[in-house]
Amino acid sequence: MGKVVIKVDHVGVRFLMGSEKVDNLKEFVIKKIKRNIKYKEFWALKDVSFTVEQGDRVGILGLNGAGKSTLLKVIAGVLKATEGSFSTKGRVVPLLELGAGFDLQYTGAENIFLYGAMLGYSREFIKDKYNEIVEFSELGDFINVPVKNYSSGMKSRLGFSIATVVDPEILILDEVFAVGDAKFRKKSEKKIKSMFKKGVTVLFVSHNIEQVKNICNKAILLEKGTLIAKGEVDEVCELYEEKIR
Amino acid sequence: MKQSIKNFKKYRFLLSELVIKDIKLKYRRSYLGILWTLLEPFLTMIVLYLVFSKLKDNNDRTFPVYILTGRLLYTFFANSSKAAMKSIRTHGQMIKKVYVPKYIYPLSSILSQFITFLISLIVLVVVAVYLKIEPTIYMFEAIIPLFILLVMVLGTGLILATLAVFFRDMEYLWGVILMLVMYCSAIFYYPSLVTEGGHGWILTYNPLYAVILNFRNAVLHGIPLDMNALIYSSLFSVVTLIAGIWMFYKNQDKFILNI
Repeated sequence: MGKVVIKVDHVGVRFLMGSEKVDNLKEFVIKKIKRNIKYKEFWALKDVSFTVEQGDRVGILGLNGAGKSTLLKVIAGVLKATEGSFSTKGRVVPLLELGAGFDLQYTGAENIFLYGAMLGYSREFIKDKYNEIVEFSELGDFINVPVKNYSSGMKSRLGFSIATVVDPEILILDEVFAVGDAKFRKKSEKKIKSMFKKGVTVLFVSHNIEQVKNICNKAILLEKGTLIAKGEVDEVCELYEEKIR
Repeated sequence: MKQSIKNFKKYRFLLSELVIKDIKLKYRRSYLGILWTLLEPFLTMIVLYLVFSKLKDNNDRTFPVYILTGRLLYTFFANSSKAAMKSIRTHGQMIKKVYVPKYIYPLSSILSQFITFLISLIVLVVVAVYLKIEPTIYMFEAIIPLFILLVMVLGTGLILATLAVFFRDMEYLWGVILMLVMYCSAIFYYPSLVTEGGHGWILTYNPLYAVILNFRNAVLHGIPLDMNALIYSSLFSVVTLIAGIWMFYKNQDKFILNI
């Protein structure tokens, strides 16, 4: 038994969906007076519990709308659970939609500091690692060009290089193996595999069962917001394949 | 409390990065760069001076300084409250992806506006020297109304930022309110204009005017601060700040569902 690094305890996330979206004051006042603001409850996650031990690589499976992304958002700390509790130990690095935090007017170099700051790194740390980041991203002279002139591949390469410059304890991967061209994809896979060796804990979302089997040793299966299976990757994948059929 | 201080320390670097970014980007693509911060208030001062002194036959030598003090403080209040209001929405993409204490966004936009404002005070100094306004010991008191103004803006900014997430039309509404505040703050007319008409309460209950009044007392008139205005504006600021923090914290978990 390893050390438990992620503990998700009866987590539920509820969304209130207005039957019509009221997003301005004028409509809100009118509807309030006429008393017809109706909300529909929708539980994106309901009563989900599981634990992840250090060094586990957990695949999160489920059809579209099963609550996979919601679960990752809760673990990344972006979305607050409506009920239940969860705890993580160590630095969580989410590799979700790389480069979403970039400022387009800023150059790549400036964005390294901005994005790094957002991930909670210190100025000294980024200065130390600056060359390493630039080198890994293979951007060369483009690093001094505003990011708005980057291709989407260049953006995600830079995002990947900044996010993975630390060795995180917990890594959240949301189908990011589609980074850049084939050459860079190989390089990023290699980097992530090297993290595996160092005992990083991984949460991996993918629809590609082969990839999940390749990377993960455990898996959980979500359906309509509830956890219907957890365990060894092969068993859960089998169940998932049955569901698809 | 301890936790939030620790958290703040961790993200202090992000705060300074965001403040620098705001200022850098604002002036990157213009020829005169940071000079605009000085030119803009100077030029509007000239316009207001021409309109309101020549038309009304006003012979006060220090009238440009009178306009400039009011105008600079009002502009800071208007710009920073607007920037704070929009801050959550403009950083929506990041809020959805990476965890960062959310107050960092309105706070950084207010601080960057504050720095621009402090730079623009240079214009005031130049004009005051040119018009030979005698510096007095009371000048140092100017820091008090400025601090009160900063607190007031922080509170207002947090309230507006929260409201703007849920109601998109806040921006237009606030624009109208700001215009009303401008006309009620005796920026380009003397307070006697309203007090003589028996509408003195407009100024008495306007916290922004209370700040402007004390700033003028310190810088322009060289007399002690007005105690009533001081107490009223500091109370108003503190209450606004507490209300802002409370509102922001109570609703910040719902932001992500609305941006």
